[in-house]
Amino acid sequence: MATRTFRVWRGDKDGGKFVEYTVETQPGMVVLDGIHRIQAEHAGDLAVRWNCKAGKCGSCSMEINGKPRLSCMTRLNTFEPGETITVQPLKTFPLIKDLVTDVSWNYEQNKRIPPLKPRPREADGNHRMMQEDIERVQEFRKCIECFLCQDVCHVLRDHGKHDQFVGPRFMIRLAQLEMHPLDTEDRIPKIRKEFGSGWCNITRCCTEVCPEHIGITDNGIIPIKERVVDRYYDPIAWFFKKVFGGSKA
Amino acid sequence: MAGPDVSELQTFEHDVLVIGAGGAGLRAAIACAAQGKNTGLVCKSLLGKAHTVMAEGGMAAAMGNVDARDNWKVHFRDTMRGGKFLNNWRMAELHAKEAPERVRELEEWGAVFDRTKTGLISQRNFGGHRYPRLAHVGDRTGLELIRTLQDHGVHQGIHVHMECTILDLLKDGDRVVGAVGYWRETGRFVLFKAKAVVLATGGAGKAWRVTSNSWEYSGDGLAMAYIAGAELMDLEFTQFHPTGMVWPPSVRGTLVTEGVRGDGGILKNKEGKRFMFGYIPERFAPETADSEEEANRWLKGDKSARRPPELLTRDVVARAINAEVKAGRGSEHGGVYLDIASRLPAELIKKKLPSMYHQFKELAEVDITTDPMEVGPTLHYFMGGIRVDADSQMTTVPGLFAAGECAAGLHGANRLGGNSLSDLIVFGKRAGDGACEYADKQGAGQVDNEQVLSIIRRATEILNRESGANPFMVQEKLQEMMSHNVGIIRVKHELETAVEKLQELKKEAATAKAHATSQYNAGWHTALDLRNLLISSEAVTRAALMREESRGAHTRDDFPGERDEWLKYNIFIKRGQDGEMVVEKRERAPGPQGLVEIAYSKIEDLESGKVGAEVK
Repeated sequence: MATRTFRVWRGDKDGGKFVEYTVETQPGMVVLDGIHRIQAEHAGDLAVRWNCKAGKCGSCSMEINGKPRLSCMTRLNTFEPGETITVQPLKTFPLIKDLVTDVSWNYEQNKRIPPLKPRPREADGNHRMMQEDIERVQEFRKCIECFLCQDVCHVLRDHGKHDQFVGPRFMIRLAQLEMHPLDTEDRIPKIRKEFGSGWCNITRCCTEVCPEHIGITDNGIIPIKERVVDRYYDPIAWFFKKVFGGSKA
Repeated sequence: MAGPDVSELQTFEHDVLVIGAGGAGLRAAIACAAQGKNTGLVCKSLLGKAHTVMAEGGMAAAMGNVDARDNWKVHFRDTMRGGKFLNNWRMAELHAKEAPERVRELEEWGAVFDRTKTGLISQRNFGGHRYPRLAHVGDRTGLELIRTLQDHGVHQGIHVHMECTILDLLKDGDRVVGAVGYWRETGRFVLFKAKAVVLATGGAGKAWRVTSNSWEYSGDGLAMAYIAGAELMDLEFTQFHPTGMVWPPSVRGTLVTEGVRGDGGILKNKEGKRFMFGYIPERFAPETADSEEEANRWLKGDKSARRPPELLTRDVVARAINAEVKAGRGSEHGGVYLDIASRLPAELIKKKLPSMYHQFKELAEVDITTDPMEVGPTLHYFMGGIRVDADSQMTTVPGLFAAGECAAGLHGANRLGGNSLSDLIVFGKRAGDGACEYADKQGAGQVDNEQVLSIIRRATEILNRESGANPFMVQEKLQEMMSHNVGIIRVKHELETAVEKLQELKKEAATAKAHATSQYNAGWHTALDLRNLLISSEAVTRAALMREESRGAHTRDDFPGERDEWLKYNIFIKRGQDGEMVVEKRERAPGPQGLVEIAYSKIEDLESGKVGAEVK
C-alpha cells in the first residue's frame, strides 16, 4: 500500500509548528482526503473547513506547497511520488486554528456593496435579456467565494490594505453588477473612493489562482477601472459637467 | 459537572430563529425580515456554502417559456406521478402554482438565468418533467440560487450566525421557544431565544458511504424535531440518484447532473447496449420513446416524438443501473457508462456542462467530450422528513416549522429532479411567513435552565470522559452498515440486521471520546453529529421494514411491485413515552377530487380540457 507524508501547520494565533503525518493512499486521492485520513487516524482535533468536496463550494482553500489551492481539487498524483506535501492556512486572513482562518472580513465587504436595482419588469411580467449580453456577467457569477484571489492579492497579502481595497473577489462582484443589463444603480463613485479600484496594479495573480478560471483582471477589474477613468479623467466629460452640471459623480 | 451558569451564557433573542442557511433557510429568513421581524439565521458552515450550492440541473417551474403547453397542472401531474401518488396533494398543488413567481423574484434579486432566443428565462428538460421546465444556469444552478439569496439577504437586516451548530431545541410546555448551540470556532455555548423556530437543515445522507451529500447532512433537524416531540413521516423513501461518480474511490458518490441526460446523454452497459429501453414501466410506456430513432427525434425537438427512457424518473433509472451491474454488464469499476461525447460537439458540452467537464477532468482524469463517464447510484436525497402543515409548514409541535429537504410531503415516494430547488423557495417562503404569523400571536416563552444545562452536559461529556470510541470510526461503521443493509434494494432480514446493528452503534456512539479542547475540533463535531445520524438512520430503517411493497425510491426485494393497499398509508415516526422509537402507518386523507382527476388523467385529456378545466 502506498503512503504519503504531509507536513501540516498546527497551531493558533498564539503560535504553532509544522507536524508530519503519514497516511495510506488510494488511487485518485486529493489533498483533502489525506487531511481527513489524518483526522481519523492521528489527530481528531485537526481543524479544516470543507463541504462539497467537488470544487463547487469554495470552503477548503489552503496553501499547498506554497500555492493557494482548493484542497479537494488537488490530486496527490500531481506531486512526485515520495514528495512531502506541505499544507498551511491562507496567509492573508487571521488564523483561527490549524488550516482554518477568519475570513469574516470578506463578508463585511459584500455587505457594503449596493445590491442590484433592476429596471421595472415588462408589461407581461417578464424581464428580457439576450444570452450574449449576460455571458460576461455569468462568468463572474461562477465565483465560488473560495477567497484564493483575496489571499494572493498583493494589496491585501503584502500591504494589508484591507481598509482601502475590497480585493479581486469584490471587484468582480461590482463588475458583475455594473455590467448587469437590468441594473439601474450607479456604483462608479464608490468603486473609486470606497472600494479602492485604483489600488489594483494588474499583476494578474488573482486570475492565476482562480479555480473557476474567471478572467478576474482582464474581464472584470480592467473594464471597471476604465469606467472609473472615463468618469473622472475624461476632459470632455469634465468640461460638460463644469458647464452644464451633471447628475452623475 | 454542573455546567456553566445559564445567566452568563451568550444569549440572542429573535422573533424567528432559522436553523440552516441553504436555499430554504435563506428564503425563510428573507420572508421573516420582509415582515420586519428580528430574524436570526444560524449555519454550520460559512454563509453560501450549504449543500444547495451542489445542485446542478435547475429549478422546476411551469413558466412555459420554452414549450407553451406547460402549466401548473402538468407540473402537478408530473410531480404526483413521479412521487407514485403518495405526495401531499396540497403541497404538490402549492408548489406547482407558486414556483414560477418565486423564480421570477430571484431574477429581481440578481439571479442571471440562461436565456431563450427571445430573451426569456430558458428552461431545460429533466427526468419526469413532460416539458422543458428547469430554469437553470449551465450546470451550476444551485450556486446561482444560494448566492442570489445570500447577496439579497445580507441587505435585509438578518442576523447571520456563521459556523454555529445547534445542539437541541428548547421547549416551554408543548411549544418550542429557542435552541442551544455552540460556536465551531471556540466551542463556546450559545443560547437562542425565539418566538418561533424554522428548521431548514436538509437530510441525513452522510449515514451512507456512497452519497452525494456533504458532512453537513447529518440529520440534525430530523433528530432535533424528533427529540422535541415532532412527528416524522415517509422516511423509507431515500432517493438514490442514478448517476454518481464511481471512480476514483475518493470521489465515489459525487453527483453527475441529470442535465447530462437532459441534454442528450445516454446510458450504456459494457456491451455498448443502450439498456434503458428494457426498463420502461408500464405507467410511463405511453409517454416514453420505444426506439432509439424516436428518442433521437425528440432530442432534435420533434414535438410528436416521445421522451427518451434515460429521462424516466430517478428511482427507475437507478434500479436499472443496479440491475445491469448485478447481471455482470457493468463498467470496469462497477457502474455503467454515461455517454455525452458521441451525442454533442465538444464545444457545446463544455458550454452546457462546464462543471461536469471540469469535475471529470480534474478528479477522474476523464475528458467527457471524448470519453464516456462511469456512473452508478448514490444516496442523494430524503423525500421523507418532518411532518408539516402544507400551507404554514408548521410541524406537529407548536412554534416549530420546517422547510426544504428536512420537511416531508411534497415529493411522496420519489422526487423529480429540479423539484428540490423550487421546493426550497416555495416552502422556504411559506415557512417564514408561517413562523411570522405564529410569532405575532405568541409572546416570548420561558426558557427552562435545566433543559439548557442538560444539552450542554451531553456535549461536554464527549470531551471530558477519559477514553472512548473514535467518533470517525463509529461514523465509518454506520456508513458501511447502512450502505450494506439499507441500500437501493432492501429485504426484510437485512433491515432487521440493521435495526440490531443500530442498537449496538448507539451504545458505541454514547461512549465516543474527542481529544484536546473544544476549539474547532473535528472529532468533537463528528461525535456530536452521531446522535442525529443514528436517529435518522433508525427512522429510515424502521419505516423501510414496515412498508411491505416497492414504491418509488423504496424497493423491497421480498415485496416487488406497488401494492394498492399501501397507497392508502403514510408511515409516521414519533418518540414514545419511554424514549423508544414508535412507528405506525396511518391512513391518508383522500385528495380533493379535482386534483385527483388531474393526477390520474391521460395527458391528452388534461391538455384538451376534458379533465381538470374547472380546477383553478
